[in-house]
Amino acid sequence: MKKTLLRKNDIYLIGILLIIFLFILGGVKLTQKGGTEVVVSIDGVEAYSFPIDEDLEFEISGYNGGTNILVIQDRYAYLKEASCPDKLCVHMGKINKDGQSIICLPNRVVVEIRSAGKIKSEHDYDTVVG
Amino acid sequence: MSNTQKVALNGALAALAMILSYVEMQIPAFFAVPGVKLGLTNIVVLVALYVPGVKLGLTNIVVLVALYVLGEKNAFFINVVRIVVVSILFGNIMGFAFSIAGGMLSTLVMILLKKTSCFSVTGVSVAGGITHNVGQIIVAMILLNTRAIIWYLPVLWISGIISGAVIGIVGALVCSRIVIKE
Repeated sequence: MKKTLLRKNDIYLIGILLIIFLFILGGVKLTQKGGTEVVVSIDGVEAYSFPIDEDLEFEISGYNGGTNILVIQDRYAYLKEASCPDKLCVHMGKINKDGQSIICLPNRVVVEIRSAGKIKSEHDYDTVVG
Repeated sequence: MSNTQKVALNGALAALAMILSYVEMQIPAFFAVPGVKLGLTNIVVLVALYVPGVKLGLTNIVVLVALYVLGEKNAFFINVVRIVVVSILFGNIMGFAFSIAGGMLSTLVMILLKKTSCFSVTGVSVAGGITHNVGQIIVAMILLNTRAIIWYLPVLWISGIISGAVIGIVGALVCSRIVIKE
């Protein structure tokens, strides 16, 4: 076995992978669009919907008496506080892109960003077969 | 090395891999992968969303050592045993699907790269780290029927490179210190 930690080929490999990373990052950033609506659902049921351009602070009463505090500020939505023990949802940070979401598992709360136009087209069926 | 010694060594490495899996589970995955459509909000799906996060991949040290010290077959089966047993003990079926997809893809890629003998342990490990994350994200997209998760690919890609490099260097140091008596 070769004892060297890092060979030239390894550096080439990492370099190529980093370049691919930049392409992926660029592609993802270009295709992501900002959303227009913040939709809150509790236990799988859509409960509230707020426009993303109006700042507000709102207490969500989730499943089993749990609460999350939703903040919309400067066109970003995030959860400021949560009653759950792990606080994963608070650590998930701020979201503003169409399709991004924050999930609080213990309270069964999902906060999702949507854009109004997209929702309309998704439900624009004549018939649904199957 | 006699057959008995081989069996014992494989068992010890599989146990070590399981313990490292467990240790890693205790580190909270701050990067959960969200992106589920609202209609899909059932509790099993949500549990699974917390699985493919940014992890260091400590288990990969064992797989690397097995790959270089014992051989391809041993590395492959140690990883399979580890994933199956850990899923039965601590996981759920969704978590198993993510782990087995990521684990198998990364192990196969590492075996192939090792066979080319163009790369050192570090390079092999970096490729393994990335393919592990990519395998998980592909399965997540299929099982959750959503493409929104693809937005987390850049994060998982870069974390695969960094953790793969760190684990590779540690793995190489371990490999160079292990002596198998014939």
